[in-house]
Amino acid sequence: MEASSVAEQSLSSRAKIAVKAAFVHTLPVLMGFSCLGIAYGVLMASKGYSVFWSVLMSMVAFCGSMQYVAITLLTMAFDPIQVFVMTLMVNARHLFYGLSVIPKYRGMGWVRNLLVFFLCDETFSIVCSVEPPENINKKDFYLAISALDYLYWVGATLVGGILGEMMTFTIPGLDFVLTALIFVLFLDKWEQKENRPSALIGVAATVICLLIFGTQSFIIPAMLVILAALLIGGERVCKL
Amino acid sequence: MQTLTSSQTLITILMIAAATILTRFLPFWIFPEKRQVPRTVLFLGKALPPAMMGLLIVYCLKSVNFTAAPFAIPEIAALAAIYFLHKWKHNSLLSIGGGTLIYVLILNANLLF
Repeated sequence: MEASSVAEQSLSSRAKIAVKAAFVHTLPVLMGFSCLGIAYGVLMASKGYSVFWSVLMSMVAFCGSMQYVAITLLTMAFDPIQVFVMTLMVNARHLFYGLSVIPKYRGMGWVRNLLVFFLCDETFSIVCSVEPPENINKKDFYLAISALDYLYWVGATLVGGILGEMMTFTIPGLDFVLTALIFVLFLDKWEQKENRPSALIGVAATVICLLIFGTQSFIIPAMLVILAALLIGGERVCKL
Repeated sequence: MQTLTSSQTLITILMIAAATILTRFLPFWIFPEKRQVPRTVLFLGKALPPAMMGLLIVYCLKSVNFTAAPFAIPEIAALAAIYFLHKWKHNSLLSIGGGTLIYVLILNANLLF
């Protein structure tokens, strides 16, 4: 008993040190996730989904932009397979994040599973660009960053869900925040010239499939066309 | 409005979670130690994200009507604002907030006429 409480104490003081060092790096994420997480909870509430559902989604899925897309999916006909395939395609970028941090996260035991579960765009960019301070365990530092970002998102969803349930009116057009977020992420990609051919393939293939298949069923054909075009085009489209 | 039953909602959420968890863990399952990552996977990891953002932006605008009032004016104005804000300050929150604000203002001003 004595020994385990001593070990726990040292663990909690280790956690405190790591969170202290990590916090400043996560501040921009705190601001961003506060806005987007609260907006997410409010939007879910405006579609009739209580704070329970929005917090559950944030806790188990934790995938920002896809959760916004899912608001639309939750108001359409029940189609779990399409939801699954669409999530795979939208979140395919995680594959790339995973591939990039495999060397960084090696030899971290069970903590690695938490780090991988918490991996999102923002956490990925911080982990890739910030080196842990010398006096702090690398594992603790990465876990603190990842867990803080996760908690910001879940916490903001909770606040938004509660606010959304209290609000008796909705602001028309507020859900444009999703389009704005996607467009900003698109612009960030567009800024790097090497991304432009594949970005254009994405837009063109989707517009063509939208015109052919209509608004209800263009997503999967568009994804297949994009996949085929990228694989056929290979490194002429996007250099490795 | 909510159209799914509770169990359908739960299944939808679990499907999204399962697919997301799969995308996060798959690389670690496939390449456990120092195994070489195939070139095609590296290529898709790099080429797919910009294409997916392109798909998503079209997806977001899929219901915009160019032939009837307000002729997509709120969307075009807001996206243009985001473009210039982002080029100018390169602050994602400012771009997203500013664009959304302009959209909401135009849309609601439009309702008055």
